[in-house]
Amino acid sequence: MQMKGAKILMECLLEQGVDTIFGYPGGTILNVYDELYDYKDQIKHVLTAHEQGASHAADGYARSTGKVGVCFATSGPGATNLTTGIATAYMDSSPVVFISCNVADGLIGKDSFQEVDLTGITMPITKCNYLVKDVTKLADIIREAFAIAKSGRPGPVLIDILKNVTAETAEYEPLPRKLHKANGRLAALMARSSNNFKAPEPDAADIDRLVDMIKASEKPLVICGGGVVRGRAKAEMDEFIRRIDAPTAITMMGAGGIEGRNPLATGMIGMHGSQASNLACASCDLLIAVGCRFSDRVALNPNSFAKQAKIVQIDIDRAEINKNVKTDHHIVGDAKRVLTILNEKLPELKHDAWTERILSLPRETVYEEGGETLTPKQVLSTIAELMPEDTIVSTDVGQHQMWAIQHFHFDYPGQLLTSGGFGTMGFGLGAAIGGKVGNPDKAVIHITGDGSFRMNCNELATVQAYGIPIITFVFNNKTLGMVHQWQTLIYNKRYSETDLNRAPDFVKLAEAYGLSGKRVSTVEQLREAIEEAKACGHGYVIDCAIETDEMVRPMVGGGSHITQFIIC
Amino acid sequence: MEEMKKQILAVLVDNEAGVLSQISRLFSRKGYNIESLAVGTADLPNTSRITIEVMADDDHARLLSNQLRKLFPVHSVKLLTPQKSIRRELVLYKVRTPDNDTRNAIIQIANIFRANIIDVSVGTLTLAVVGGESKTEGIEKILEEFEVMELVRTGSVALERGQETIYDETKEKGEFNYGKNVL
Repeated sequence: MQMKGAKILMECLLEQGVDTIFGYPGGTILNVYDELYDYKDQIKHVLTAHEQGASHAADGYARSTGKVGVCFATSGPGATNLTTGIATAYMDSSPVVFISCNVADGLIGKDSFQEVDLTGITMPITKCNYLVKDVTKLADIIREAFAIAKSGRPGPVLIDILKNVTAETAEYEPLPRKLHKANGRLAALMARSSNNFKAPEPDAADIDRLVDMIKASEKPLVICGGGVVRGRAKAEMDEFIRRIDAPTAITMMGAGGIEGRNPLATGMIGMHGSQASNLACASCDLLIAVGCRFSDRVALNPNSFAKQAKIVQIDIDRAEINKNVKTDHHIVGDAKRVLTILNEKLPELKHDAWTERILSLPRETVYEEGGETLTPKQVLSTIAELMPEDTIVSTDVGQHQMWAIQHFHFDYPGQLLTSGGFGTMGFGLGAAIGGKVGNPDKAVIHITGDGSFRMNCNELATVQAYGIPIITFVFNNKTLGMVHQWQTLIYNKRYSETDLNRAPDFVKLAEAYGLSGKRVSTVEQLREAIEEAKACGHGYVIDCAIETDEMVRPMVGGGSHITQFIIC
Repeated sequence: MEEMKKQILAVLVDNEAGVLSQISRLFSRKGYNIESLAVGTADLPNTSRITIEVMADDDHARLLSNQLRKLFPVHSVKLLTPQKSIRRELVLYKVRTPDNDTRNAIIQIANIFRANIIDVSVGTLTLAVVGGESKTEGIEKILEEFEVMELVRTGSVALERGQETIYDETKEKGEFNYGKNVL
């Protein structure tokens, strides 16, 4: 069937089962949006306030649903506005297909209006990217892009389509998704010995060796990383740690990879890890990291990290093995598959003395109460009490993010939407929008700080326009909290440019966007506000007064040994 | 820290726009400086073969290979060990020959190193030398006695000795002990 490039794009999106797109139109992508007009019954488009918000929304959609997120933007500034979102998705292995249009063929390379070399810019922050110059290749490339985004270790893929390609016609043959891998470019990629599509089947000898190591271990510790969440391997992980009776720490990206209230959970590990996790890491004899790349926020000092222990890394991406921390053994494979095989082969083990010792260590930080402001713990406990158990939580970056992950109990993959690797302030509201659009049956809350919220609060316009009932909790300590904390602890209280005691009034801001809000400084007020927010059915901003000098505890300095707490 | 040495990576890639920059940017963003790089079409249609020399220890060379394999235009990567591979480079030297004695001396050196004289002009000679590292280094050292006006090298190309080729590479073989049935 002959059809225009823009229509081929729509048909290909339908092939992939795409029903939601986040984006923002512009000059070069007009043909695509014109075609979308005819498809609006099948494909819902969410128009954000800014392309960055769209990119985070597509990312939040992907993280929370496990499906591939899709994001549209126009050329030039529209495209470069995506880049923070693309990098965020890349660092946290989130499957998103970004589709942008570039200037037409004759204008490429001439510094034309709104022209930018987007494939060049995004090369280091995408799994793969394409510049489509030939309409006959468009369908094939889109099929390949979706396959790449979700295969193996997921990640963002960018397709930059020349404007003329969206207007030119070509033959389009519908192809059901399951036949994609047997056709065209994908078939050629699959045929290569080096292709990155086949999930590596864990090696039987490697598995046996790990089983022996586990049996020989008296003090095992497990780290649950983001790979467990992306691989949706929560049930297998819970069974695995129950079977080997090992205390289990989570990385930030691993939250939701085990049952939040799993009796063996020791909380987060690393820079803001609990004492239980970090001390266990320094005294275990076997450390099994599942889907974890030992980032500098986890391992801190790669040379001294769990030096006394045998370290085992299980990861789907072979390039992560030994990248940051040198391991003693590793298995390349999908977390779900590896854990399933391990669970079949492992006997039920007991390490009572060890687990008792570790689990008796502090797993949660205690905060002093009774001031004129709320403590982070009070805010979070009240939220946890009043919101449904399966509420999706999106966060921005900074102190509030650490507090949320320390104090909430995440129970399933995709419940927490947070920018771990890239640390993108301003991620949260967009991600919450994506989370709610992808999971209309679940409550979605957005935990943010006054610094982060100020960055992308423009997306309140999107929240209002689509009537998305997201409750935003601003942990308002009138400062750029995490940086303030570092200045307090490391820079002799020289608070250089971190005072944020300034406009806007977040309650009035919410009202300006046609939403409601409330400023609270006691638990009673907070409870009332949450009840009101739940009942109102639209977006709501709760501005929570937090003490300026409140810190995230414990804390270990970057590059230090994992037990060298600056504060406990 | 293991010993830093010159590592040779042979990379088979799709012959497409942007692939070379993708490969070279990987090295810079991982913090490595490429010592030499040679690229040309390979024997399979629409593929190119890149030979890259980089200073790294063995562990990092393996990590780099694994990072390269993650790029979709990359068909295969092989770390070539100096003992099991042959390496050649073409270097052109333009040497100033102000008088007959100098000219004769350089012609003699060219003969000894089996270099070709590919251009002569009043006052200059241009030599082409093909060889491994020791040969090109050898002639370069001797030519230091004279005035080398400019030189250009192609960068090393390398092949494995014997039966092995880049095509029997299956990602992990002989490099990373991932076991037999990984991919």
